[in-house]
This record gives sequence, structure tokens and C-alpha cells, in this order.
Amino acid sequence: MNSMNPSLSNENVQRDTAEPVPVDAREQPAESVIEYGKTVGTPFSDKPKFSLRDVEVYYGDSPAIKGISLDIAKNEVIAFIGPSGCGKSTFLRCLNRMNDSIDICRVKGQLELDGQDLYDPKRDVVELRARVGMVFQKPNPFPKSIYDNVAYGPRIHGLANRKSELDDIVENSLRKAGLWNEVKDRLDAPATGMSGGQQQRLCIARTIAVSPEVVLMDEPCSALDPIATARVEELIAELSESYTIIIVTHSMQQAARVSDRTAYFHLGHLVEVNETNKVFTTPEHELTESYITGRFG
Amino acid sequence: MTKPISQTPSGSQAERVRQSLKRRYRKEMRFRAYGIAAIAVALFALVVLFADIIGKGYTGFLKTTVTLEVTFDSELMYLDDPTDAVALRNADYLAPLMAALKRQLPEVSGRQQERALKGLLSSYAASDLRDAVEADPSVMGTTRKMTFLASDDVDVFVKHRGDTSYSIKLSEQQQQWTLSLLERSVIETSFNDVFFSHGDSREPGNAGVLGAMVGSLLTMMVTLFLSFPIGVAAAIYLEEFAPQNRFTDFIEVNINNLAAVPSIIFGLLGLAIFINLFGMPRSVPVVGGLVLMLMTLPTIIISSRAAIKSVPPSIREAAEGIGASKMQVVLHHVLPLALPGMLTGSIIGMAQALGETAPLLLIGMVAFIVDVPSGFFDSATVLPVQIFLWAGSPELGFIERASAAIMVLLAFLISMNALAIWLRKRLERRW
Repeated sequence: MNSMNPSLSNENVQRDTAEPVPVDAREQPAESVIEYGKTVGTPFSDKPKFSLRDVEVYYGDSPAIKGISLDIAKNEVIAFIGPSGCGKSTFLRCLNRMNDSIDICRVKGQLELDGQDLYDPKRDVVELRARVGMVFQKPNPFPKSIYDNVAYGPRIHGLANRKSELDDIVENSLRKAGLWNEVKDRLDAPATGMSGGQQQRLCIARTIAVSPEVVLMDEPCSALDPIATARVEELIAELSESYTIIIVTHSMQQAARVSDRTAYFHLGHLVEVNETNKVFTTPEHELTESYITGRFG
Repeated sequence: MTKPISQTPSGSQAERVRQSLKRRYRKEMRFRAYGIAAIAVALFALVVLFADIIGKGYTGFLKTTVTLEVTFDSELMYLDDPTDAVALRNADYLAPLMAALKRQLPEVSGRQQERALKGLLSSYAASDLRDAVEADPSVMGTTRKMTFLASDDVDVFVKHRGDTSYSIKLSEQQQQWTLSLLERSVIETSFNDVFFSHGDSREPGNAGVLGAMVGSLLTMMVTLFLSFPIGVAAAIYLEEFAPQNRFTDFIEVNINNLAAVPSIIFGLLGLAIFINLFGMPRSVPVVGGLVLMLMTLPTIIISSRAAIKSVPPSIREAAEGIGASKMQVVLHHVLPLALPGMLTGSIIGMAQALGETAPLLLIGMVAFIVDVPSGFFDSATVLPVQIFLWAGSPELGFIERASAAIMVLLAFLISMNALAIWLRKRLERRW
């Protein structure tokens, strides 16, 4: 499977499907094997942070997510894997309503965070995004200083009353992101001058500076080299103690390394959700097996 | 379908690539040559234009003056009581001038020759003298060295005496007098400060662009302060907040259409709406500015929308992802990044407006206005209209002043464009 072209941004799943997906991945199993709407494994949890039922997402008339039900527990790291165009990024972006800005995108179904409906018209999306932060595929620091990047979230949400409080938040966030020692002497330097790995960790620091409950990560390492990737993965492991982390990844090794549970998506369906160990050693579904053994995707 | 690569022997494959490379390079060379030729033609046209305007117009920046020893003789001036303001005003100021001139040219005699001699001085010379005396009556009874403008005909003769393509209106005798005065440095040419310190005049020597410059400045201020905020706000609303539906599509099409509407139509609109309907005065910078605002708005909206569109979506997502509201995304991230493009578009729109004549003719800014406007509601004219007025005058003095005014206008335009480039460089941020 060719890696995702970074210029094809995640929000446009329709375009992703136009990528050359091997024939067997596209047609043959989709029709013959999948029982629609059925997910094998353990998609549900007793104490869910997110409770998602029968989620459908349409771009215009074409469905991108075709009825997914899943629970995400508090403080777990769950990885979404699957071939390009399977809808995992689209699904991820539903969780903090990043799809709102796409006019043609419609979301159906029941999506709840702590028992409250995400798509309630009365729901304040700004408040939601302060609770559910997001880290993107490509590092996207603001064209401002390192300090201002991290301080931006706390500033707009009014989390710090004094400069010293803000300084503390910035320092803590940078420390958590493992970036403090590298940048403490040049907090006023432009963030765009840092290396790609540093930029991505800065974006993570920027996200956790708002103290969200959930961090969504959309292929956070796809633009990074192996060393930077390793650092971000360490970071995810540390963050998992205090945050719920949902990570979309194309690297199965990464999913295996960082996540507690793994969800395998296929053409808009959720095929299998299981303990990560189980998914990678004894997958229940044959599509999952084909994918992780590299027969397609 | 193309043949698979493996079917052709590798040697001829490389040969083919070499041949196609040659073709490709030739194509590239040709394309480059076309480009250089196009730029050369444009540059040539520009150089010719500038050479022509500067060659014809630089004399507009020079004035010809006559320096005379004037004796303020009360008897000669029929002035009995210099303290009486009415008497001072009605005194004969031509007589001391003529006396001073005759001292320089003792050979002049007879009424006819005296009349010819009078033709050397600007018709405003006597009133200039009166102004000087009224300002300081203590000069009465003394002799002072004073400088007056030469007449328009002397001015043209002095500046172009070698050039046969100019029709010299001075008689043979006047020409001789002028030459002899030139030799003795009584007549001199110097930098034309009058041109930059006066409004329009019937006499070319007394005409200046200050009135038009101030008029242009006032008009541009009205235009800028109205069209920039409105244009940017409209662009932000259309780009960021407006729903995508038929109505907004309709608005978009109409904005694009407005950008292509001939400017004189905006003049008619201004006449109908601002002057006839709202009863605003004619020939004033406020109405001119409003009309030009209508004209520049589409340019500003279109360029601002393009600037907003070019802000990378990743920045927008980043801000949204940590919970910035729509307004915060726009104000903190989109606007700063789009500002250079917006400013460039606005300044180009302003430069367009600065050079606009047609719509202003219709709202009366074409009137002959001598005074320099002192406010937004004073009658005024603007630089391009002033050029239009002068270029249509029969006097050679006005023609060269039109060229000089064109240079002033070009200087304005070049500095505005330079400002646009500087602002863009200054505000541009990389991401």
C-alpha cells in the first residue's frame, strides 16, 4: 500500500478512495465477507468516555462511515488502523466535530461524550474542542513564537490570570511534550524554524496546554523520521496516564507499540476491535488478518 | 497503448531520450526567448513613454523670472497717503514696474514699444507688487530688488529658443530685449516653486498642482478609509461566515461583474445617488471619494478573498483543534496571514482610483478651481482631472505643466506601489 500522500488531507475521504487500492482489498471481501454493521471483538465498554452508536458519515451522497458502534474507555489508548480511505480519519474527526467546517459532510447516529450528545445543536463546539484536543498529521504550528504557540490555547480560554501562571502552563506543557530542554532558551524563536519532529511535539504541547480530557491524533508521525517518531511514541505512553488518546496510524508497529486496544476499519465499516495483543497475534476476522499480514493495505 | 520499455533495446532507448532531450531544450530556449522579447518590448514602450513625458515636461518644473530694482515712488503710483488702505489698493502698480524695466532697456520709447515691453512681464506682476506693498507699506519711498514672473510667451521663448517646433509669440524686438536681459541675468530660469505651491490659474506661470494634489489626497483618504474596512469585512464574511448557497453565488458573480463595469458608470451612479438623491454638494472630495470607493470595492473584495483563501487550512484546523471560536480563528490567524495580500490588493485598487478621471468628471470635479481645498467639503479637483484640463488648453505653458503634472502623478503611483511591495515584504510571514 502506498503511504498516504500528505497533500491529500484527511478530511477528503472521497479523494483517498481514488488511490490505487489493490483489487482484492476493494471489492472481493467487501461484498462477500463483511456482515454489515457487525463488529467482531469487544467494541463496548462498561464505563465509556465516548459512546458511539450507529455512526454514519456522508460526504454529499456518498457514505464514508457506514454505521459504526464503538465505546472508548477513559484513559485508554486506542489505535485506529486500516487501509487508506477506510474512514478512520473521518471517524476521528467526528469526535471533536472537526468535520463541521466541511459543508457537504453530514454525521448521523448517536455520539456521546460522558453521556452528553456531541451533535446536540445547543452544544458549544468551542467548549467541546477544549475538552477534546487534536494533533494533526502534518505539524502545523502557528507562525508565531514557540511560547505563543503553547500559550495560545490557555489565552483564548482564559486559563491563566497572570503572566506567571501562563509561564507555568507553557513550561509544564513543554516538559510533558519532552521539548522543554530543547527550547527553554529560545521560547521567542519562531516555531516554524524548528525541525519537523520538534514541531509535532510542539503541537502536542499546544494541545495539552488546554488540559483536554481526550487527545485525538491523526497520523501524528507520518511526516516524521524514525527517531522523532520514537520520541512521539514515548510521549504518547507518558500522556496515556492522564489522557484518553485516540490515534489514527498507518504503521501497525506503532499501533502495536502504543495502544491498549486496536480498531480495524475497512471501507467505512468497523471490522474488529480487540486488545492490541490479540489483534496482532490472533485476529478474529479474516480481513484483519489479511491486513496485518500485509496481504493488502 | 505505449509499448513496454523492455521491448526496445536499451541502446536505442538512451538515444531516443537524448534526441527528445534536445527537442525539449530547444523548446525551452524558444520559450525563454519569447519571454525576453515580451519583456523587452514592454520595457522599450515604458522607456519611450518616460523619455517623452520627461523630455517634454521637465521644463514645467522651471520658471522664468525677471528681477528688477523697483522704486516705490508715491507720485508715480498716484498714491498720496500710504496709510489709507483703499488708496493703497487702488494705486498704480504698473508704473513703477515699467519704470524699472525701462531703466534696464533705455532704448524703449513710444507707446507701442512700451506696450511690447509690458508683454515681457506676467499679467500678475502688478498685483504681486500690490500684495507686497499691502503686506509691508513701509517700502514706500524706497528702492527694492524684487523678482517677478516673466510672461508666458517669454517663458516659452527662454526655454525653447533653439527649438523650431515651438511657435514663439514674441516679436523680433521683444526677443532681442529678452536676450539682452538674459545676458545681464535680469531674466533667469529657476526651480518652479509656484508649481508646487499654487492651485490652478488662467496664467500658466501662476498655475500649480498643489490644489489638485491636496484634492487627490483628500479624495484618496475618503476612499481608503471607507473601502478598506468595508472591502475586508465583506471578504471575510463571504469567505468565512456566509453559507454556500445560491444567494452568495449570486453576490459573488455580481462582485466580479462590478469589477468590470466601466468607471464612468460609477460616476453616473454617484451623480444620481449622492448628489441628486442625498443632496451632497458637487465637486467635493467626499463625493469623489465615495464614488471611487464604489469603484475600488470589487478589487479589494476580490483580492482580499484570494488572500484569505491562500491561508493554509492547516493553520485554521490547528486553531479550531484547540478550541478557538470562528472569530478568533479569523482575527488571530487568518487575518494576520492574509493581511499582506489584502494590503497589496487595496493599494493597487487605490492606485487605480488615484488615476481615475471619468467618474469624477460627472460629479463636477472638473470645475476650474483656483483655491487649494482645505477640507473634505471644499470644492476640489484631482491630479488626473487637472492633467485632463491642462492638456486641453491651447497655451504651450499649460501643455508642459500637464506633462509635469503627469510626472507628479506617476511619482505618486510609483511610491504607492513601492509602499505595497514594502508592506508585503514587511508583513509576510512564513509557515
